[in-house]
Order: sequence, then C-alpha cells, then structure tokens
Amino acid sequence: MRRRIEPAVTRRHVLVGGGALIVSFALAPSSRLLAQDAGAAGPVPADPPLPGGLKMASNLDAWIRIDKTGAITVFTGKAELGQGIKTALRQVAAEELMVDFEHINLVTADTARTPNEGYTAGSHSMQDSGTAILNATAQVRELLIAAAASRLGVPVAQLSVRNGVVAAADGRSLGYAELASDEALGVTAKARSKLRDPTAYTVIGRSIERVDIPAKVTGGSAYLQDLRLPGMVHARVVRPPAYGARLAALDSGPVAAMPGIVKVVRDGSYLAVIAEQEFQAVAAMASLAAAAEWGGGAKLPSQSEIYPYLQSLPAQDDVILDRRQPMPAAERTLEVEYRRPFQLHGSIGPSCAIAQYADDALTVWTHSQGVFPLRKALAQLVNLAPDKVHCMHVEGSGCYGHNGADDAAADAALIAMAFPGPPVRVQWMREQEHMFEPFGPVMIANVRASLASDGTVVDWQYEVRSNTHSTRPGGAGDLMPSWFLAKPLAPTTPKPIPQPEGGGDRNAIPLYSFPNARVVHHFVPSMPLRVSALRSLGAYMNIFAIESFVDELAAAAGLDPVAFRLAHLDDARARDVVRTAAERFGWSNPAVLPRRHGKGFAFARYKNLAAYAAIAAEVAVEHETGAVRVLRVVAAVDSGQAVNPDGIRNQIEGGIVQSTSWTLHEAVTFEADRITSVDWSGYPILRFPAVPGSIEVHVIDRPGEPYLGTGEAAQGPTAAALANAVADATKTRLRELPLTRQRIKAAIGI
Amino acid sequence: MLTLTVNGRPHRVDADPATPLLYVLRNDLGLNGAKFGCGLGQCGACTVMVDGHAVFACLVPISVLPGRDVMTIEGLGSEEDPSPLQHAFVEEQAAQCGYCIAGMIMRAQALLEHNPSPSEEEIRRHMSPNLCRCGTHMRILRAIKRASQGTRFADADSEKRVVR
Amino acid sequence: MRAVSVALGAALLIALAAAAFLVWAARPAIAPIEPPSPADFSADLVDKGAQLAAIGDCAGCHTNSDGSPYAGGVALPTPFGSIYGTNITPDPDTGIGSWSRVAFARAMREGIDRRGRHLYPAFPYDHFNKLADGDIDAIYAFLMTREPVRATSPPNRLVFPLNARIVAAAWKLLFLRPARSEPRSDKSDPWNRGAYLVEGLGHCGACHTPRNILGAEEPQKALAGGEQEGWIAPSLDQDSPAPIHWTEESLFAYLRVGSDRLHGVAAGPMTSVVRHLRPALDEDVRAMAVYIASTMGEPAPERRSREEEIFASLPKGGSADAIATAEPAGSAADAAPTGAQIFAATCSGCHTNRSSRPLGGRPLVLQTAVALASPRNLIEIILHGIEPAESEPGEMMPGFADVLTDKQIAELAAYVRSRFSDGPAWSNIEDVVRGIRNGR
Repeated sequence: MRRRIEPAVTRRHVLVGGGALIVSFALAPSSRLLAQDAGAAGPVPADPPLPGGLKMASNLDAWIRIDKTGAITVFTGKAELGQGIKTALRQVAAEELMVDFEHINLVTADTARTPNEGYTAGSHSMQDSGTAILNATAQVRELLIAAAASRLGVPVAQLSVRNGVVAAADGRSLGYAELASDEALGVTAKARSKLRDPTAYTVIGRSIERVDIPAKVTGGSAYLQDLRLPGMVHARVVRPPAYGARLAALDSGPVAAMPGIVKVVRDGSYLAVIAEQEFQAVAAMASLAAAAEWGGGAKLPSQSEIYPYLQSLPAQDDVILDRRQPMPAAERTLEVEYRRPFQLHGSIGPSCAIAQYADDALTVWTHSQGVFPLRKALAQLVNLAPDKVHCMHVEGSGCYGHNGADDAAADAALIAMAFPGPPVRVQWMREQEHMFEPFGPVMIANVRASLASDGTVVDWQYEVRSNTHSTRPGGAGDLMPSWFLAKPLAPTTPKPIPQPEGGGDRNAIPLYSFPNARVVHHFVPSMPLRVSALRSLGAYMNIFAIESFVDELAAAAGLDPVAFRLAHLDDARARDVVRTAAERFGWSNPAVLPRRHGKGFAFARYKNLAAYAAIAAEVAVEHETGAVRVLRVVAAVDSGQAVNPDGIRNQIEGGIVQSTSWTLHEAVTFEADRITSVDWSGYPILRFPAVPGSIEVHVIDRPGEPYLGTGEAAQGPTAAALANAVADATKTRLRELPLTRQRIKAAIGI
Repeated sequence: MLTLTVNGRPHRVDADPATPLLYVLRNDLGLNGAKFGCGLGQCGACTVMVDGHAVFACLVPISVLPGRDVMTIEGLGSEEDPSPLQHAFVEEQAAQCGYCIAGMIMRAQALLEHNPSPSEEEIRRHMSPNLCRCGTHMRILRAIKRASQGTRFADADSEKRVVR
Repeated sequence: MRAVSVALGAALLIALAAAAFLVWAARPAIAPIEPPSPADFSADLVDKGAQLAAIGDCAGCHTNSDGSPYAGGVALPTPFGSIYGTNITPDPDTGIGSWSRVAFARAMREGIDRRGRHLYPAFPYDHFNKLADGDIDAIYAFLMTREPVRATSPPNRLVFPLNARIVAAAWKLLFLRPARSEPRSDKSDPWNRGAYLVEGLGHCGACHTPRNILGAEEPQKALAGGEQEGWIAPSLDQDSPAPIHWTEESLFAYLRVGSDRLHGVAAGPMTSVVRHLRPALDEDVRAMAVYIASTMGEPAPERRSREEEIFASLPKGGSADAIATAEPAGSAADAAPTGAQIFAATCSGCHTNRSSRPLGGRPLVLQTAVALASPRNLIEIILHGIEPAESEPGEMMPGFADVLTDKQIAELAAYVRSRFSDGPAWSNIEDVVRGIRNGR
C-alpha cells in the first residue's frame, strides 16, 4: 500500500472525471512565484492586476472545486503553521459562497494539488491567499447564480442564495452541485469581483473556533510527526560537531550490526542511519556519532567581539530613504547604537520529514513553508525532474520562519534515494535543531537625530547593518545537508530582499513624518553563522531601535512618549492604534507607578504595509538582581477587515510572549569551534513563571478593508515597549539585546 | 515482552526494556499525543501521567512501568467526548501550532488531580517544566483555571466565542 | 557531713558560675538610631560591601526565593529545628534600619542583636568574628542602602530547651573563640586573602567542616567535610573525593560559574552559594580558589595514575562512547540490569558523550556525587534534579522522584556507582532514598 504520486497532469483527468468544476489547472509558472522574504519579486502582472494570490494562479478552478455531491473544496498554496489559516480561509470562502462554514473543505500547500503561492511567510497568508479566495469564491458564486438564471430562465436579480442553493421567487431552486457541473464555469479570474457587503457578513468577522484544535487537544493525528505510513522505516542523521567539519574516519561496522539496523548511509561527510524501529535509529545514531572522527571546521568569530566583527565585514550599501526639506535649526542631537544577537527559531518539535522513492519518483511529506520552492531544490539535489518530485505540506511544530524543515526534507530525500521503496521518516534531535537551524541574524543599528527647541525631529539618520534574512531554497545548495556530500553544493549567493518589504532593512524606514530623513541599509553578505528568516526579519531589530530612540528623543525633549509619537504621526489608522493602546492601558493615568516599576510604549506598522500594532507594557525591575517582571501588556491592532478576531488576538498574544522571550533572554552562544547553545539549558526561553501577568489585545476592525498581515506585527513593538519600560523603571537605557538581568544590573549599579 | 497499562488497558509490548516510553506509545501503540521535543527532559512535549504524576515519557524506560498506570491524552477524552480540561482548552482556543499542548494538558491534569483549585502562582510554578514557543501561555493558564473552576467563567470577550 | 559540705560547695560553685554566666550573658541593648540616609555612604564603600556580601552569601539565608531581597523568611533546617533568616533590610521596625554601625558589628562578631539578645549560631558569627573593621563597615553600608522592606520572618521552631536564647549564650561560652588570624608571611598575598575570606566571611566551614553533637565545628577538622540540608558537603582538604583533583583554575571556574569541565555542577545548597557569589570580584574568588587548592594539596602518585585512566576514557575531539542500550555494559550492567536499563533511557542522553555537547555532556566518571562514600548527593540529584536560575543558561536536569520508585532509584544509583566509580559498592541505598523522601 504505497501512496501514488499524483502529478498535476494526471490529476486533471481525475478531477474532470469526478465531475468537478475543473476545466484546466493552469498554475502560474514558477518564475512568478511569490517569495515574500526571498526577494524574488516576479514580473509585474498584466494590467489590471488580479487581487492577492490570484496573480499566482489566475484560474478560479485552481482555488475552488465543487463536486457532484455538493462538497466544496478550497485550495490554498499557503500552509497552516499554527497561525490558524485553515479556519480563517474557510471563513472567507463560506462567506462569499454563502454556505455554512462546515461545508468548506480546505486543501493546503501541495505541489500536486494547490496553487503555487511560494512561501507561507511574511504575514502574507491572508493578504495573498485570503484575498485570492475571497475574490475567487465571490466570482464562482456569481457564475453559479448566472448559470442558475439561465437554467431557470429568471433574471439574476430575482434569485436568492441561501446555504449553497440558488432559489427563484417561485420556489424552484438549484444547488451548487447541479450548477457546478456546468462546464461553462471554468474561467480565468477577473480583476474585479462582486464582493458581499461587509455589513451583511455572517461568517467573516466571527471568532469561529479553530478547526485544528480539537484533534490537537485529544491526541488526534495532527502533525507530520504523527504520520505512520505502511512499511515506514526510521532514520536519524549524524551531524558534524561544527560547521564545515569533514568526516575523517568512521568504522560503521559495529553500528551496522546493531539490532534493527537497515542501512548506514554515507556520502562524503553526510552520515545517517536507517532502522526498523525509531529508538533503534536513535541508539545507532549515538553510536555512529561516537565512532565518527571529524576534522577541520570553520573558525567562528569571538562572541564577545561579534558587533565589532560585524562592523568590520564588507557591506553593500543601499540608501533606501533620502528625504530633505528645509527645517528649523537643530537644538540638540542624539546619536546611539543598538544591537541584536543571533537568535533561534527554537521550534518545540525538531524538524521532521518523510520521503519515499519509488517508481522513479520522490514523494516528500514536509512541514516546509514553501513546498514549491522545496520541490525545485530537492529535484536538483537528487537529480530528478521537478515533475518527479511531489511535496506535500503536513503540519509540523510552529516554525516562526525558516527553521530546519527544508533541511529535514533534504535529509529524508537523500536517505530515501539511498534506500528506495519504503517511506523513510527522519526527525532531528534537539541539539541538531539548535545547532544547525539558520539563526535570526546579528544586527547593528546606528541612529542619529536632532531636535528643534519645540521638540520636533528636524533630522533623522538611520543605518542598519545585517546579514541576509533569507537563505531559503533557492537552489539545492541552500539545503544544509548538501554541504556534507562527497560533492558538496554551495549555497546561493546571499542577496538583500528589496524594499518595500525589505530584509535586514524591513521597517528601517520610520512611519513618522520626519521631513529630513536618511536611511541606509548596509547589507553584509559574509555570514559567520548560518542565518535566515526569523519571524519579522529585520523588523524586530529596526522597530526595537527606532521605537527605543523615539523614546530617547521624547525624553530629551521633555515630552510624553505617546504625545511625542502622535505629534509625528500623520497616518490616521496609526494614530488610532496608538490612541487605543494608550487609552486601554491607562497611559495618562496620573497615579504614580510603584517604585522600580516602569511603563513603555511602542508602535509600528509591520513592513509599513501590513498590520498596525501599538503596545504598552508595565514592568517591575528588581534592583538587587536586575530581573524584569512583565506585569501587564496592552496591545491594539488593526489588521484591516478582521476575519477571525480571536485568531488575530491569538497571533498578537503569542507574538508578545515570544518577543518578550527574545527580548529579555535569548542569544545564541558560540565559541571559536562550535555553537554552544545546543539545547534549552544553553538557550533558555520564557517559562510559565516569567510570562507576563496579563496581556490584553484590542482588535480595531475595519470592515471591507483589505486584510493586513498580522502574524509578525507584535515582534518589534514588544521589544521596544519592554526596553522603554525598563528604561522608565531604572532610569537607565539599554541598547543591546537581550535585556538580561545581568546587563540591567550592571547598568543600574549597586 | 512487557505488559504496560496505558489508559486503563493492558498492552503486551515487544520492545527492548530500555526503550523510552515515548517511542512505545507513539510507534507500538499508535498514540499521537506525547511528542518528541528534546529527549532531555527540558521541554515537556512528551509529558504523560504515571500513577497520577506528570512525567517525561522520553526519559522513562518501559522496564520500570509494569504494574503502573500510564495515562496519555488519548485516555482523557476524545474529540467527541472531551474531558473537562480538554474542553477548557478548546473553549479558550489555547493552541497555536499545538505541538506542546498534549504535554501541557497532561501536566495540568496531574496538577488538578492533586489540587483541584490551584492559585495562579501554583499553576505557573507547576507548569514550569513545559515549554511553548508560540506564546500560547496566557490561554493555557486561562484554560487550566477554567477547568479548575469547573464553570464557564464570565469573560468580557465572551462575544468572541461562537460555537460552530 | 563531709559529703554534704562537698555538695554544698559544689552547689555554691555552680550557683556562682551560673550567676557569672548570667552576668556575662546579659548584654545591653544598643540605642536605636534613625535609619541612615543612603547618601551617608560613599559609592565605593557600598560597592565594596556588595562584593563582600556576595562572598558572605547574606542572601542565602536572608532572601527568600519568592520574597524581596534581604527581607528574610528563609527557613534554615538544623538538627534542632527550623530557624528563619531575619529581615536585614534597613526597615527600622522589622529590619535593621535602627541598628547603628556598632550594633551591626557586635552582631557580626558576637552574635548579639541590637536589643542585646543572643543569636543562634546558624548565623555564622563564629566565622564573621574574623572580619576586619573596614569590611564590616562596607557590608553595613551595603545593607543600609538596600530597599527597606517591611517583613517579619516566622518565629523559629526549635526543640526545648534550645528555644531559650540563653542556650545560645552557653554555646558561645563553649565554642566561640575570638579569632583574628595574622597573615602568614610565608604565603602569597592571594593565599592570605583567600584564607581570610574562606575562614571568615565566606564561612565555608559552616558546611564543609564536621560539627560536634552540639552543632559546633570541630576546629581540628577544618574543611574535612560536613553536611548541610541532607547533602554531603565534601571535604576540601587532602581527602577531597573529587575523581580529578581540584586545581586553582577548576575551583575558580566552579565558584565563578557553578561548574567546571572536569568536575560536577554546583547542586543542593551550593547552588545558591555560587549564584550569590556573582557580584564578588574575580580576584577575591581567585584568592579563595588559591587557598582551597592549597588546603587540598598536591595529589598523590596513585591518585594521579587513576586520573590518567579517567582522562583516557574521556572523549577526544567531541565524540566518545555511545548511548548505552540494554546491552550489558560489562559487569556493571550484569550487577544491576534494571539500573542499566534505566540509565540507558533516562541518563545516557546527556551523560554519555554525544558529539554536540562540550566535552560530551557531563561524564559521570568526573562527578564527585558518584565518587563520594555516601550515595546521598547522587540520590538527591536523581530525585530532585538540577534547576538553572530562571531564564538563564545553566545546567539543567529533571528530577525523577515522581516516576522512579525507591528501589528503581537504588538500582540506578548502584549501576552508576559500579560503572563510573572504582569506589566500593554503596550499601542500603534504598533506605537512603526512602530517608531523603521522608525528609531524613
């Protein structure tokens, strides 16, 4: 019983044979793949542009199918990463199709079935796929109504739709199933759709419970890790102790003789073992690791000198903003530097993949964020034609960006190719994930600004220095396991992600109305440690720096931080979130905070084009130890039309907690010859006793407005709000992340 | 051959006695709830109950378990008939990726069985061994409190909870 | 008649002695003062006080884990009952805000509080009496500039007759010796500094020196090893049980960060000692390391050769022996098959030498807890684990009290002992496990 590979070509017949609303299944060529954080902006589509992800796959039938029984299936190229899109996208489809939520089936990222929407990244799920499905389902509804009008001989205006049934005034009606079989419905999407009136929404805007949660709280099969395919074998990989070390000697004989061992796979310095039982593979992996002798390895820079080291590396400079206007004379100038260390994604479940090589085709079950780009890279890695590689997304542990998912898929592919036939499951060990995942990059921001006597910012100079924020595949050389092969592959040359989204310079341009402003991105191609996209990319650091510095300027001007922000903020929606967060927090409450308590505020619009978020926080700092307690956090967020308000709250709450952990505690540690933060004892993250006392999230709904990506919107503002609150509590400004108790204690003194 | 009592039923298991319980639960018994997270007792993704105590299944050899009661999340309830704690997690929508959640529920269950009305402080301290990376902590705390109170508590945001 | 007069004479003598004792024991109160202003102390003096308070581990007994710094409330279990650390913040009512510098110095040196009451020797004035005046001034300055906290510790719970403070006075009469040792000219400055800190402010002997039946340190056995809160405090003299002998370097690393590559991780009561020591100056910590290394002395040749064997068994270049499976690991597994199975599933993930960990995790062959004559420390660690400071990197081990039975823990300990130590097998391990679980 093996899964058959279903190339798109074959499937077309299957679907047509099944009487579906499918005539063609033309997906956009891969050159038009939308790579939100890979900077691979495709060619500009023909005018007028199709909404959202329809640009990637313009046929309605790529997005929606209705079979003879009336079952409605919606296809998205995006993946569920725990952000709740399996629920939100169904809501969108149910709303425009005017059916019950339960009637919508959803298929997520699968190279054989769904549109190619590139990566599920950059908070684009709702903006791209949500918008595509909104428009596609609206257009399908109108086509079905038109078909009913024609069949019933009644003008469209006299028809009503209720729960998938189009009815005439005389009582005659036709269901979607009957109408959808009409072949005339297979068409290319139009640029404009007849969308439902947001005030009449019955499904969008409701906090419908997430569809995936019941299985997740009862032990249902919810994750890739839970797939147990017939005949499946288990593999574990053995990694070198350091980047670039080569396997000098190995006697794998004793391991091959261990119970249950199926095969030891070696290709140059690439080493893995396959066993019948999972724990046999784990034990064999440990024995192999013990037997392996490694040589060489990259020399890492000194951790304590990492910032000067970054400054010393050659950079490509890009002036991303240069705005000049005559302004009053500066009265005073402030100039400071902010720093951010390497940080981990730290998925709770180590990366996992299953691959099966059979009948000259490779099937891969993966929790990659981009099954289509992964397919291309894997095809190159194992030397198969892309149509011989089928990648299916199955949920894994939350990823927060480019973690080990693609690399684990490469491991599974390499091992499956060496052992054709059965499915091969690979899961990384904790230390492998901690050591080899691509980290969020180290960054430096240098900022200088001048104030006029009235507290106006008359000049703003901002320079950010960073490695790339995407080393996603790309080519096969971007898959880390390929580096160890006898013929090692080289990663793609790192490139900056262009504005307006940006990578290291994401959110480096302040949203404030500073008439004189210059922003420079120093892109550093050379990477001492492996790095890639970590949730919000450079925005985390840039917002931390900008919003910390805005507070410093406000203090220098003797103005309240919130008033100071509002004085420099023109965008009405930005002003709304700032005011809402401040009001709900009680920012202007004249009651004095207890001694050693502080409050902090920060705001940003993610990427300057996604969700608006403002955050206020109160902290207490223990003078003797420098320990920070986050007492309460209040956030206001504007995500445009809120499809699922509780889903938005969940994302913002989670972002606040995760960013609190990054901001107060987290830094990758390393020595000259290795990464040393290889588990949770070396890289501690927030535990329950230290999570904030309370978090409130206020969603400002904007009915009918476009969806604004929310998943990463809280990361930056949280960092700055906490830094500002710590500064308020201690009267001391810290500019290097994380704000550990040791740093705070050192700053505040005895 | 060992006999393990899992969720009230005996299971004959043919595995090396030194195999950690986690692998036997997942692969021999086909139970998905307990997850591999670190194999080091640092994250709690594998948490199950043994004789009413929360333990790391990744670090317990099956050889020590004959004659003892192992309870996994599958033993608490099902999608159709969830336990009060599972129900509370659904009510609070206390999951994002959810990978940690089965472990969270089992650790919380062990607490509530010994202390039906824990304080916020006690819950936080008790839950400390279990990590969540999505930042679902506030909801997890609310779910545990909700289950401990055994009632739907009034919530200013209750309009947001629309039952499908 | 003669007998009567002897008895009378004896009674008279006793009465006179008792009267003399009472006169001696009766100490006046020292007048309260207005709490000094923080501005009364120079920043340098406060800094110095902070460094010294770290070495004295004031926080160890005076800061509760979930309470305010130096506000007291820490329960100190002793063989005679529980004593609670007091509030030493400058709150005038519940702390020491009304204590003059003189009152503070008297408490440190003589164990008498401002009101003239005798303090129990859980407060180590038998060590603090060695402090130089300037150091007492600095610690006073540090404490008087802390945040005043209003907090009252619970009353002590001591068995009769120890609940009468006059007993503390009698104890002092027997055991408290004024002792200001002069520097030794034949030793280096760091050695002399180390001796001063270890014997005095650091009060290392409070745990590491054996005590007599009345709870006093036995002066002729200084640093020969003691007990604290159920843990063995290993000897710091030439009988140190560490598998690899301690050096100045390794002691410095251990005291500075709580672990050393060739030794164990600070556990039990030593955990907080090391954490609280952080503000101390490197040079002072190094001085203590110099002094303790000298009390331990150079290792004997047979010890050196044993160490060579241990080094040979350690990984080179980051790889070494594998996860032990149920397959017998030689005689150790034969002797304790259940222990071997538990070890394979429970311990080997960290404690064998996986390539990705610096030096392969924590090889048990290096651990003093495995090498001690008593299994207590190893069992404490197996039961309760090792917890790093909240949200800080640090060694971490879960406890297994909830999943392993007394018998299973005993079997595991026996296996670990026989595989990772050449010491004789431990006896009655299960009784020790049960005892620790029951607070014995």
